Amino acid sequence: MRRQLDWHPIAFVFIAPALLLFLIFIFVPLFASLYLSFTQYNVLHPPQWVGLENFRQLLFHDPRFWKAFRNTVCYVVGVVPIGISTALLLAAALEELARGKQLFKVLYFIPTVTSVVAIAAVWKWLFAGEKFGLINYGLIQLGLKPVDWLLSPTWILPAIMIMSIWAGLGYNLVFFSAGISTIPQTLYEAAKVDGANWWGRFWNVTVPMLRPTLVFVVVMAVINSFQVFDQVYIMTGGTSEGTGGVLDSGLTLVSYLYEQGFVRFRMGYASAIAYLIFGCVFGLTLVNIRMLRSK
Amino acid sequence: MNANVGWRINWRTLLIVAILSVGALLMVLPYYWMVISSLKPPEELYTYPPRFTVLKPTFAPYRELFTMLPMARSLLNSVFVASSVTLSNMFLCSLAGYAFAKLRFPGRDAIFVALISAMMIPWQVFLIPGFVIVKNLGWLNTYWALIIPNLAMPFGIFMCRQYIMSIPDGLIEAARIDGYNEFGIYWRVILPLVTPALATLAIFTFLSQWNSFVWPLIVTQSSQMRTVPLIIAVLNGQFGANFAMIMAGALVVTLPMLLVFLAFQRQFIKGVFLTTIRE
Repeated sequence: MRRQLDWHPIAFVFIAPALLLFLIFIFVPLFASLYLSFTQYNVLHPPQWVGLENFRQLLFHDPRFWKAFRNTVCYVVGVVPIGISTALLLAAALEELARGKQLFKVLYFIPTVTSVVAIAAVWKWLFAGEKFGLINYGLIQLGLKPVDWLLSPTWILPAIMIMSIWAGLGYNLVFFSAGISTIPQTLYEAAKVDGANWWGRFWNVTVPMLRPTLVFVVVMAVINSFQVFDQVYIMTGGTSEGTGGVLDSGLTLVSYLYEQGFVRFRMGYASAIAYLIFGCVFGLTLVNIRMLRSK
Repeated sequence: MNANVGWRINWRTLLIVAILSVGALLMVLPYYWMVISSLKPPEELYTYPPRFTVLKPTFAPYRELFTMLPMARSLLNSVFVASSVTLSNMFLCSLAGYAFAKLRFPGRDAIFVALISAMMIPWQVFLIPGFVIVKNLGWLNTYWALIIPNLAMPFGIFMCRQYIMSIPDGLIEAARIDGYNEFGIYWRVILPLVTPALATLAIFTFLSQWNSFVWPLIVTQSSQMRTVPLIIAVLNGQFGANFAMIMAGALVVTLPMLLVFLAFQRQFIKGVFLTTIRE
């Protein structure tokens, strides 16, 4: 008599395609790039083992890497708090409306479905220098001096940051508005009875009650903005200045990785950068998860 | 007194609507600027002060876009790649998701955890070996490179598994007693029930493939293989001063997804939550 197995062999057939793709394009690359980070490799010749040389070079002898690191940290520190607090305030305002919420959500959400490359191209035109760009026209109307945004070492990073904050607003807004709609109305009533004004209710009811959503959104925003690339590639591109814009003022970690790996074909060096980014993101995530657990 | 309260509430609502409207205007303005700039002849494009209307609209930038670059081919590439990847993910992810949710097999949880952990790792780590593997397979500059690595993405498997877990085991047992084999159960019982999740998966897979930039940038070389976002990069690099043409290109990339979004806005906005239930 045939003995019935207590598990389903067919399951392996069901997961086989997914598992195979996972092994080839995720599992193997994960370790392959670790190996490559200890080698010199230009695709044409086999990788040559150099030990920790790439990391030593990056950390101690490569000012461009540190420039990219500083720019990336500046970018994250600027985009995440401003983007998230703006989205939170707008969401709090939105949730006070009785009607028309969906319309505003749709309008704010549009950039989320638009290709970042297209958005960046449009903003490049908005930021255009002299007087032709719409933003400089606005500055002149306000009595301010126009700025040569994308060709100025001071302003290129802020320009990319402004674009990114704009593009990410709707996504965060939708999260916060869903979170706020689950806060019991009685808490607001109680705060009103205690004489709290709008700001008091926002700060003492909305923000604490929203903490899980807030931490989640912050975690994702930090991870994503640490890996910023598409908009940097477009907004620093199209000039003769190379991947980083003028004086590398717009160089971020991932654009430096791209340049080393796919413009100069220094794949070992680029792999080392990838692992340093991985380390930073991993560290940031651990810190954030600790924040999550603490409450 | 009462009238006074009523008036104050209206005034508050008005203020909120005003703030949100200014914000919404700022969200839409770049798109408006994109559209009108793409229709402006050169003498209207570079004027001071900039004009918010077009006096003599022209389709010349669009003509240039489709004649000087293989734009039509790129659109075709994007549609083909995004559709293939989407269909494949709908099938393979729900199939694997069914196995992970309802079938017992050795190593199930370990394999699943490995798949999920991969979603947490920054994509740059896979980029260089991925390129080397694709190159050694001889797939550089082919559809294979654009499609095959994305055929069954861990995120889709995760989403389908979570959804299928909520289907009662009783349904599956009943089908088994009726003599269905496992694939029959998947096809006849699971697939019809998992349709809402698959719709969300389809929308977001198509969107992410349509807008995908870095991977196509590194694995394609010839202008014939470019997807639509790469055209923007090319325009940006080679036609850097021709903003009308760049805006026309940006519109061509944006418009299809914008229309899909407006048609399925609620699914999109709800889908955001489904697509990010991690942990």
